[in-house]
Amino acid sequence: MDQQCFLDNIRAAVARNAKPSPTPLPEWDPAMVTSQLAPDTDSDSASLWETFCQRFRAVNGQTIEGIGPLIALLLNADAKHGYLAPELNGPLAGPLQNAGITLESAIDTTRIDDYAFGITRAAGIIAETGSVVINESSTPSRLGALAPWIHVTLIDANTKVFATLVDAIKDLGDEPYVVFATGPSKTADVEGILIEGVHGPGMQICLRL
Amino acid sequence: MKTSQPIDAFGRDLSQEVKESVYSSSKAKYDKRIGALNAGYIAPDSLRKLAGQIKQHTLENLPSYLESAIGKLEANGAKVHYAKDGEEANATILGIMNAAGATKLIKSKSMVSEEIHLNAFLENNGCESVESDLGEFIVQLDHDMPSHIVTPIVHKNRQQIATTFEKMGLGDYNDDPTTITRRARTYLRKKYLEAEVGLTGANFVSAESGRIVLVTNEGNARFSICANRIHIVLVGIEKLVPRDKDLALFLNLLARSATGQQLTVYTQFINGPKAPDQIDGPGEMHVVFLDNGRSEILAGEFQSILRCIRCGACLNVCPVYRQTSGHAYRAVYPGPVGAVLSPLLAGKRYPEFADLPKASSLCGACNEVCPVDIPLPELLLRHRNKSKLEHIQKASAGTPPLGGWAVLCSTPSMWKSTLTLGKVMDYVPMKLVPVPAVQAWTQTRTLPPFRGGKFRGWYKEHRKHDSGNNQ
Repeated sequence: MDQQCFLDNIRAAVARNAKPSPTPLPEWDPAMVTSQLAPDTDSDSASLWETFCQRFRAVNGQTIEGIGPLIALLLNADAKHGYLAPELNGPLAGPLQNAGITLESAIDTTRIDDYAFGITRAAGIIAETGSVVINESSTPSRLGALAPWIHVTLIDANTKVFATLVDAIKDLGDEPYVVFATGPSKTADVEGILIEGVHGPGMQICLRL
Repeated sequence: MKTSQPIDAFGRDLSQEVKESVYSSSKAKYDKRIGALNAGYIAPDSLRKLAGQIKQHTLENLPSYLESAIGKLEANGAKVHYAKDGEEANATILGIMNAAGATKLIKSKSMVSEEIHLNAFLENNGCESVESDLGEFIVQLDHDMPSHIVTPIVHKNRQQIATTFEKMGLGDYNDDPTTITRRARTYLRKKYLEAEVGLTGANFVSAESGRIVLVTNEGNARFSICANRIHIVLVGIEKLVPRDKDLALFLNLLARSATGQQLTVYTQFINGPKAPDQIDGPGEMHVVFLDNGRSEILAGEFQSILRCIRCGACLNVCPVYRQTSGHAYRAVYPGPVGAVLSPLLAGKRYPEFADLPKASSLCGACNEVCPVDIPLPELLLRHRNKSKLEHIQKASAGTPPLGGWAVLCSTPSMWKSTLTLGKVMDYVPMKLVPVPAVQAWTQTRTLPPFRGGKFRGWYKEHRKHDSGNNQ
């Protein structure tokens, strides 16, 4: 069906049901939609981080600070081979390799299950919801951030910190693809029992350097 | 119990096991919804009123919002298609696949694709179409139907799923939910990587930016646009919202209303094909806008049902759904929303579904929980009225003739005289009244002793008394 015909049908339908008092488009204040779980509007960066950590933990995410705890976490999970986004080689490749962890800078889809972890940069975090913002600019390989069992997002001084969901949506910009990841992949389809790690990561980690 | 209504008969014959599973799952989701809303907001009701108003405004101005979204989508590099009905939508999707030489499609959960029977169509045309949502995948393996908008296999237990997996070669019998999930992960991973096309629905489309918004907890919609070269979005025309900022309101409401979460695990905003320097993801994006009877609904007295954001909250709260399960509604959309929507989407087959609006006690709970404030009880009554005016037999199955009652209620003198004789009701053996509906009702209930007929006298006396005091 062509666009003209398609839209004409809808125009005719709307005209047939024209209301004497049309419903206006309401304006609303962001404060109305912001939940009580959000940080105060005048929060400093330390308290935004603190709120983010609380909310992220509430959805079974884990936060760690420093390369040492990252190495410990990976070795403890027997994750000795994984994907590291190329632009993170500088701070991370050396220490990880020195700990016996092997790295690849691209995902080979013929060996998709060989990657126990994927480390990519976070474009932002949302304190209100405990979400990590992933976009095309921050993550050169969508699969690297999705296929491995453990996904680590790096948070540093360049990472945007949004107090609220409203703020994060305001900042979507022209990015063709943005994901707000709020904890590990999960399902409760089988008898309502919560299982983590369905198609995406079973562990969602935030690493702050 | 003898009953003439199909939905009652379905509920009566439903196994106790399924009934308990549907009831407990519905109640749990209802409780979680309340908990999440109250934890988040002092006055959550004001949010759903606001959302209802925004969606109503969008419907009343849908052509201009659609034009805006189409313009943005095209400017962002997507190709937009238009389908009047399911047949056209299916043919369009097959056409896109054929043009690309593609035969394998991976699909994330989409109610609208269920509505047009996309899987069966593609399979009949030599293409593979695999459901990737765990519940939908199990439904597909079983050649079954989803029974809930959000949790499609609420009617199945782990033993049934394990048996299906064993039969389909996904491993030896094992009914541990974690094992079931891991096996699906392994199997579907191959399918994601093999598929040339990923098909998703859309929870919302922003008219302002053309942004497609998708939410999933499992990550299947993410994987469906990761390893493949073509992304097809199949979306009903009612999914538009005016502005990007409105998405914050709707996402907050959708997650809380559907699963009691603050935010669904993965919220995706898709603004076109992948970025040029992105390694993975589709370089080609198609959006198929589907009408399929929606413009007819838009033109009529049921317009507000198109506000629905498919959260399933009205199912979870509905006493009829809880007792009968989703399959009792015999259509893609169950529960109160289905009872309103399914007869309308059926088009000329409206009479086949005209009994569904009777499947409600009109308690109003569905309206109270609806995140977009759809007046569901009112719409159900409009359906009943429509069926009565159009003399649709199925709509009045099990309903005793009420002509005499109508005369009685609309004739004050007759009503008054009847009330004076009301006491006689206490001595009539109701089980012997030769009306099936009365017999069915009294089989499990007794009438209380008659206490009516006294109000007129009381009112007359008090009026006299009040007039005396005022003088």
